Amino acid sequence: MINVNVHITLKEGVLDPEGKAIEGSLHNLGYEGIEDVRVGKLINLTFDNSDRIEEKVEEICRKLLANPVIENYTYTIEDGVAK
Amino acid sequence: MRFAVVVFPGSNCDRDMYHAAKDALGEEATLVWYQEESLAGYDAILIPGGFSYGDYLRCGAMASTSPIVRSLREEAENGTPILGVCNGFQILLEAGLLPGALLRNKQLKFLCHYETLIVQNNQTQFTSLYEENEAIQIPIAHGEGNYYCDDETLQQLKRNNQIVFTYQNNPNGSVSDIAGIINEQGNVLGMMPHPERATESILGSEDGLKLFKSMLVNWRDQYAKNA
Amino acid sequence: MLKTLEPSPEVVEKETHYREMGLSDEEYQLIKDILGRRPNFTETGIFSVMWSEHCSYKTSKPLLSRFPTDGPQVIQGPGEGAGIVDIGDGQAVAFKIESHNHPSAVEPYQGAATGVGGIIRDIFSMGARPIASLNSLRFGPLTTGRVKYLFEEVVHGIAGYGNCVGVPTVGGEIQFDPCYEGNPLVNAMSVGLIDQKDIQKGIAKGEGNTVLYVGSKTGRDGIHGATFASEDLSEDSESKRSNVQVGDPFMEKLLIEACLEAIHSDALVGMQDMGAAGLTSSASEMASKAGMGMEMNLDLIPQREENMTAYEMMLSESQERMLLVVEKGREQEIVDIFKKYSLDAVNVGHVTSDNQFRLLHNGEVVCDIPVDNLAEDAPVYHKPSKVPDYYKTFQAMPNYEPVVQDTNEMLSRLLQQPTIASKEYVYDQYDSMVQANTVFAPGSDAAVIRIRDYDKSIAITTDCNSRYIYLDPEVGGKIAVAEACRNIVATGAKPLALTDGLNFGNPDKPEVFWQMEKSVDGMSQASLALDAPVISGNVSLYNESNQQAIYPTPVVGMVGLHRSTEDITPSTFRQTGDVIIQIGDTKPEFGGSELQFLLEGDYFGKAPSIDLEVEKRRQAQLLESIQSGLVQSAHDLSEGGLAVGLAESLFTEGQLGAYVQLEGDPTSLLFSESQSRFVVSVKPDDVEAFLEKNEDARVIGRVTNDAMLTVELNQERAIDQSVKELEKQWKGAIPCLVNSKG
Repeated sequence: MINVNVHITLKEGVLDPEGKAIEGSLHNLGYEGIEDVRVGKLINLTFDNSDRIEEKVEEICRKLLANPVIENYTYTIEDGVAK
Repeated sequence: MRFAVVVFPGSNCDRDMYHAAKDALGEEATLVWYQEESLAGYDAILIPGGFSYGDYLRCGAMASTSPIVRSLREEAENGTPILGVCNGFQILLEAGLLPGALLRNKQLKFLCHYETLIVQNNQTQFTSLYEENEAIQIPIAHGEGNYYCDDETLQQLKRNNQIVFTYQNNPNGSVSDIAGIINEQGNVLGMMPHPERATESILGSEDGLKLFKSMLVNWRDQYAKNA
Repeated sequence: MLKTLEPSPEVVEKETHYREMGLSDEEYQLIKDILGRRPNFTETGIFSVMWSEHCSYKTSKPLLSRFPTDGPQVIQGPGEGAGIVDIGDGQAVAFKIESHNHPSAVEPYQGAATGVGGIIRDIFSMGARPIASLNSLRFGPLTTGRVKYLFEEVVHGIAGYGNCVGVPTVGGEIQFDPCYEGNPLVNAMSVGLIDQKDIQKGIAKGEGNTVLYVGSKTGRDGIHGATFASEDLSEDSESKRSNVQVGDPFMEKLLIEACLEAIHSDALVGMQDMGAAGLTSSASEMASKAGMGMEMNLDLIPQREENMTAYEMMLSESQERMLLVVEKGREQEIVDIFKKYSLDAVNVGHVTSDNQFRLLHNGEVVCDIPVDNLAEDAPVYHKPSKVPDYYKTFQAMPNYEPVVQDTNEMLSRLLQQPTIASKEYVYDQYDSMVQANTVFAPGSDAAVIRIRDYDKSIAITTDCNSRYIYLDPEVGGKIAVAEACRNIVATGAKPLALTDGLNFGNPDKPEVFWQMEKSVDGMSQASLALDAPVISGNVSLYNESNQQAIYPTPVVGMVGLHRSTEDITPSTFRQTGDVIIQIGDTKPEFGGSELQFLLEGDYFGKAPSIDLEVEKRRQAQLLESIQSGLVQSAHDLSEGGLAVGLAESLFTEGQLGAYVQLEGDPTSLLFSESQSRFVVSVKPDDVEAFLEKNEDARVIGRVTNDAMLTVELNQERAIDQSVKELEKQWKGAIPCLVNSKG
C-alpha cells in the first residue's frame, strides 16, 4: 500500500475568510504573534501499486482535486507498509 | 423552443428551472440526467442550481467531470445558448467554460434573500429585453457566491463587456460586485442569483422572466434568419 | 481478528447490564417472561431501545390518548411516519414534528442537521415529496459564549442540511429563556405533498416478500442514541460525543428522488426510514403493523466498519438509511431505480408468517423475539402527578399590573428582546425559496407555500409560548394551539390539523408529570374547539440539566389551507389611508409577558386568560372577512402586545406609518398580552362591512405615509417614533448579541 497525502491551499492573494475568522478567534483567546492563518485541505489517497504514481497524482490534482484558478497543491508519497 | 435542464446528482433547482421554461415561459423543457451522453438537438441548455455531489471537494468540481459535460463543451462551441445558475455557474467555471472561481461568501454564511441587480450589459441574447442599467429584483441563495478572478482576467471581462449583472449592494464580497458573466462568444452566461425563482408575481418578482423571454426572442430571430 | 466478547445471558442478568441499557429490573423480568428464557446481550439491547420512551411512549401514552385525532380532513392519524390531511383535488399533505434536543446539546451542528434529515425521511417514506421545513428552537439567553455557540451551530446545521437537500426552510420560531441554557430544544418539522393514491405505509406484508436495505452503510455511530435521548443531560454528556450521528444531505437528496420514484412501482409493498433505534425499530414495526414476522441475515447488511457485532448493527443510528419490503421476484425493478441514483439496494431478509423477529449473524440465530411483544407490548406507566408548589403560589398572587412611564423607550426595548426581535439573521441563512413555491418566507405570521398547478396554497406555523405553559400548563396549552390557529387564520387559511412536539423535563417527578398532563389537557380542548386534530407528534422527556427542568414546551406545528391564492393575506400594512382595526379586547394581563421579564427579570403570576368560544368566533369571523376580500392585512397580537404588533405591521418596504388613538390604561393597551386578538387593516370603503362581520372589532387608527408610528393615549402622545429607527433596532438586536464578546 502506498499512501499519498495531497495538501491543497489557497493561492497567495486569494482572500481566505475562514482563515481570517480563525485568526480573529485566536486573538480573542489571547494568542499573540499569529500573523496569518490560512485554511487548506488534506486529502489522503491509498494506492495499491507505485506504477507511474507521481504522474498519476499530478494528473489527479490538476484534473479534480485542486482548482488552479484559486488553489495550489503539494503532495507526499510514502510507502505505508514499512511503517 | 426546446430547453434542456441538466440534472446532476444533488441538483435541487432542476424542477424550478424546468417550470420557469415550461410554465412561466410556455416553451418545451426536458430534464436530462447527467449520465446521458448528448445534449445535441436542444435550442438552449440550462444548468440548474443545487448541491451537485453535495458540494463536496469544491462546488461544481465533480459535476464538471461527468460525461455530459463533454457534450456541454461541444454545444458551447457550437454556439448553443447555455445558462448556468448558482451551482450551474460554479459548474461552468469548474469546466472552464467561463473564467474565474467562486469562493465562500465573505461572512462565511449561506445567504438567501432578494438582491437588486444592475443589468450592465443588455446586448446579450439573455438580457436584450432589459434596459441598460435596469435595476431588477432577483433572489440569491448561496454559500459560495463570492466571485474571484485575477486582475488580468477582470480587465479582460471589463474590456469585452462580459460582466452582465452586478449587485447594487455587494452581499458576498465578489470582485467588482460581479453577479453574472458571459463568455467572449456571448452564448454562455453564468450567474449566482436565481432568475428562475422570480418568474411569477405570486413568488414576489417577475423580473427573472425577462431573461428567459430574451432567450426566446433571440432564438426566434435566429430561427427566422436561418429559415 | 479481534472478536468482541459480549456478556452471556447469565452475566447480563447477574451483573445487571440491562440497567446500563436503560431497562428497569421489572422490565427485564417481563422480557424473561415473554421469552421463557434469559435474553442474550443483543436481544436485551433490542428490547431496551424498543422499550425506550423515544420508541414506545411508555410514559406519555396515557396522555397522548387524550388528544382528539379525528376529523373528515384526516387521512392518516398518529401511528405512521407522519400524519396526513386532505387538501382536496385528490391531494394531501403529510407532516410531522420531531425533537433532536439531546444530540443538539452535545454536537449542535450535527444534532440539528440530522434532526432535519430524520424528519424529512419520515415524510418521504410515506411517499410524499417534502415541500417545506420549519424549526422550533429554544436557547438560553444569548449572553454566554456557550449559548452563542449552540445557537450559531444549530442554525448552521439546519442550513447546511436543509439547503443541500433542496427543501425550503420557510419558518418556525425561536425563544430565549434561562431555563434552556443547559438544555436547548431543537424541534424540526417537515411537510410533504402527495397524491392520495400514492400514500405508502411502513408495513411488511406478504409472506416471503423481500426486505431491501437502502442508503448509507451501517457504522457504529449513534449506538444507543434512542436511550441516550431518554436520559438526563449531565456533565459527562460531553464524553458521549461519539454517540452523535453525522448527516449526509447529499445521500438524503438521492434517497428522496429514488424513493419517490420507487413508490410508483407496484412491486413496492412498504417503506420505512431507519430513525431512532435504526434497523431494530424499522424492521420490527413494519412486521408488527402487518401482523407478520421478519427474518434478516445481518451478514448481508452493508457495513462501514469492520467486525461489527449484531448488537451494534441493530442499534446503530447511522443516518440516511431506509428499509423497503418488495414483492418477491420483483426485487430487480426496485434495485434498478436505486442504481440510477448510484444507491445500493441490498436483499437482507424476508417477511415470515410466524410473527417472530429473527436475526442471523455468522450462521447463528442471534435474536428470536415475538415481534408484537417487542413493538407493541412495552409496559405503560401511569406516573404519579402532583400540583407543584410554585403553581399554587402563582395562582394565589394578586394580579401583576406594572406601570410603564416611558412608553416610547419601552417599545424600543421590547423590540430588541431576542424573542421578539427580527430573526432575519437566522433565516437569511436558510434557503427559503428553493422549489419556487414560497409565497411567504420566514418572518410572516405563518409561512405560505402555493400548490403548483392549483389555485390553492397552504399556511404553516410552529408556536409555543412556554412561559404561559410554565405559569399555567392547562391555559398555556390552550394558548399554544389557539395561537397557531391564529397565525394560520391571519394569512387567510383555515387550520386543518396539528402535530405536537412535546418537550418536558423528567416525568418521574410528579410535578413534571402534572405539567405534562395539564398541558395535554389544555391542548386537547383547544384542538377540539378549533377543529385542528392532532395527527402526528413526538415526545421528548428528561429535558433537564443539573436537575433543573425546562419549561414545559409542547410545540404546536400546524398546517392550514387557503381556498384560493386570492385569500393569501400579508401580516404587514399595505396602503396609506387604510383603516387600522383591533379585534378583541385588552385586559391587564402581564403574567409571562415580555414586559414582565424586562421589568422583573422573571415570570410569575397567572397566565393570560383564554376563552375558546370567543377565540373560535373571532377566528371564524376574521377568516370569513378575508375570504370575502375585506381585509388588506392581518397580524395576530402576541409577545409585546399591541405596540409591538403595530410596529411589526409597519416593518415593510416604503414609507408607511400608523396613527392610532386609544382610551384607557396605557400600559395595558400597549403591552398587555391578552389573547385572541388581531390587528388588521381594511380599505376605508370596507370598514362598515368588516365591523358588521366581526363583532369584537373596533377602529383604532389609520395607515399613514409619514413612516412614523404615532399612538395617542387619552389625548397624549404615548408613542411617537420613526418606523425606520424602530426597524433598525428590531433587526439589529440579534446580530448585536451574537457578535458581542463574552
